[in-house]
Amino acid sequence: MKNYWKDYQKDIAEDNYFYVRSCIRQNFFPGAENLFIDILRNKLGKVVFEDADHTTCTGIGYHTDIVPLETTMTVVARQFALMKEKGYQNLVVSCVTSFGLYSEILDLWKHQPELKKKIAGYLAEATGRVFDEPGNMVHASDILYKYRNEIAAIAKYQLVNRETGEPLKIVDHIGCHYAKTFPERGVGGSEFPQVLTGLITAWGGSTVDYPERRHCCGFGFRHYMVQTNRGYSISQSKIKLESMQPYEPDLIVANCPGCAMFLDRWQYTLEETEGSVYGQNGRKIPVVTHEELAGIVLGYDPWEIGLQTHQVPVEELLDKIGIEYDPDLKYTDRQGNLIGNPEMINQQVC
Amino acid sequence: MLDGKKHRIAVIGAGPAGAAAAISAAAMGMEVDWYDKENRPGGKLNDYHQLFPDRSSAEQILADFEGRTEAIEIKKHFGTAVNRIETDNRQLILLSDNEIVGNADSVIVATGFDFFDARLKEEFGYGIYNHVITSPDLEQILKTNPEDLRKEGADPASIAFVHCVGSRDQQAGINYCSRLCCITGIKQAIEIKELFPSCKVVNFYIDIRAFGSGYEELYREAQEKYKVQFIRGRVSEASENQQHRILLKAEDTLMARPLKLTVDWLVLLVGMVPSCTQVQIDNHQCTDQETGFYQPVNAFTGSRMAGQPGIFTAGACGGPMSIPEATASGRSAALEAWQYIKDR
Repeated sequence: MKNYWKDYQKDIAEDNYFYVRSCIRQNFFPGAENLFIDILRNKLGKVVFEDADHTTCTGIGYHTDIVPLETTMTVVARQFALMKEKGYQNLVVSCVTSFGLYSEILDLWKHQPELKKKIAGYLAEATGRVFDEPGNMVHASDILYKYRNEIAAIAKYQLVNRETGEPLKIVDHIGCHYAKTFPERGVGGSEFPQVLTGLITAWGGSTVDYPERRHCCGFGFRHYMVQTNRGYSISQSKIKLESMQPYEPDLIVANCPGCAMFLDRWQYTLEETEGSVYGQNGRKIPVVTHEELAGIVLGYDPWEIGLQTHQVPVEELLDKIGIEYDPDLKYTDRQGNLIGNPEMINQQVC
Repeated sequence: MLDGKKHRIAVIGAGPAGAAAAISAAAMGMEVDWYDKENRPGGKLNDYHQLFPDRSSAEQILADFEGRTEAIEIKKHFGTAVNRIETDNRQLILLSDNEIVGNADSVIVATGFDFFDARLKEEFGYGIYNHVITSPDLEQILKTNPEDLRKEGADPASIAFVHCVGSRDQQAGINYCSRLCCITGIKQAIEIKELFPSCKVVNFYIDIRAFGSGYEELYREAQEKYKVQFIRGRVSEASENQQHRILLKAEDTLMARPLKLTVDWLVLLVGMVPSCTQVQIDNHQCTDQETGFYQPVNAFTGSRMAGQPGIFTAGACGGPMSIPEATASGRSAALEAWQYIKDR
């Protein structure tokens, strides 16, 4: 990648983060957010604060026209109020939908200060709270990008095929709401985003620039939320998978919980519905999130960080890198008791 | 010669407008000092292949200008970038990086324009993908070696042009129309068809602005004789496949449907923006706040610039214009400068 995109390098706070979780990330990839916090606190020595009073941002409700904009803004103002009360200024957002929504609201308030005043009134009336806008607001993947070289320095593994010595070919997928609405808020902008390619290359891998790289993953809210539209969701994922297939990628990494979920799960659905299988040797393409990618190179136990919750098995990827793991512990709880192997379902899923 | 004294005029810029101004001023008997930041005259004309609408050879037009400027007494100061003008007792002092390089009774500023930096329209991948080029890049290829357009010895199968790149584009902060990109795209599409008759050539446009003499005729010829396809709609994204072909996503707004197209080359018809080597005149704001081009005091009555008397603009430093318009404005500015000196 040439260096024209350096103009988009954004200001990412160094420490003292107020972390807000994603409603869906912790369901889809239950280990990912704890892993992120653990890396920040215990590997990088940063202060990360989580507030138990934090709620949904209402993003999915807002995008599906269930929650009115002013309600959404009041809820977001409340999150900002929590941060102010705890003495933090640097907001770190786990979810790309939330990140896009916060960015949109801050932009609306910038252009319509009277709207911000109105929302402050609503918040005060409903909760008695007051808020400040964040001094610095980033997505969680931005933090890993900022400290990618520090992570590389303490990494146990590289994103390299152990047998061939070749860098793994990795597809990056950036959530649409990360930078497509406000390119200046994303590292590298929206067309040639750097935020994940920076991680991939710093940790030894190579990136795949395939034609449908910027295409939506299929997580468009109106596509998947309405069951009759769900075919559109699958077709978007299929467009991407077809486009990346000739490059034979080893892995897909996504910074949006929805993207990582759909690119992973829809591979199974496409196989079931039409027999299409992507990836090398018909084995599907593993999909991980940015936190999980960091966890992999840092040598976390794959089952501790929840890689067994992915639809596409990750073992082949782990073997390529040379990561040691115990296959018998894949579906066990913390005490080592088997929690049951997943079974093939017998009904249509979509 | 006025009142028995030879009056001095400086012309800054040696493109077509500057050349016309220098030739005219010298013909009127003024002592002409001619400046350009480059070591040779001609400006962007040096890089062009053929000129619209009649496909004149740029080289011949350039040779004509050179012959005429050689035949008349003009002091050339090429390789000198004048970037400031100051006033001292009615004399205009010319400076290059704070060093005085000359003085004059009147100055004609003809510093031309720059092409829009297509890298700013990131969705087209210029500077990233080797087969995405701009209209000036294509002009260079056509001038020097059209064979470069072949891929592994084969004629290109398809080439697409995108109109209005950095023109009429609020997102890029450029609201004005550069006026000449449309006809450039039409002319270049015809040149491609002449070189590679089997090549499919597609132009994506907003609306075709073929305003000049002979332009509409060329547009019709491109469609009827050369079978160039014109699709109304903007390209939203370009990306590259494994064969280094460019995959386009666009919308055909007449058919009201999205389309995808894979081409061998994508040509971006870039707009005209103010030159980065504009001349600072004392501390006056002489440029239009929105477009950045030089602004005359009154566009209806003359080309004198705001701020200082005796300074006139010529050519595309005042806004997008064609070469015939630029040379006409150069001659006109020379006449205004002569009048100014005579009357003061």
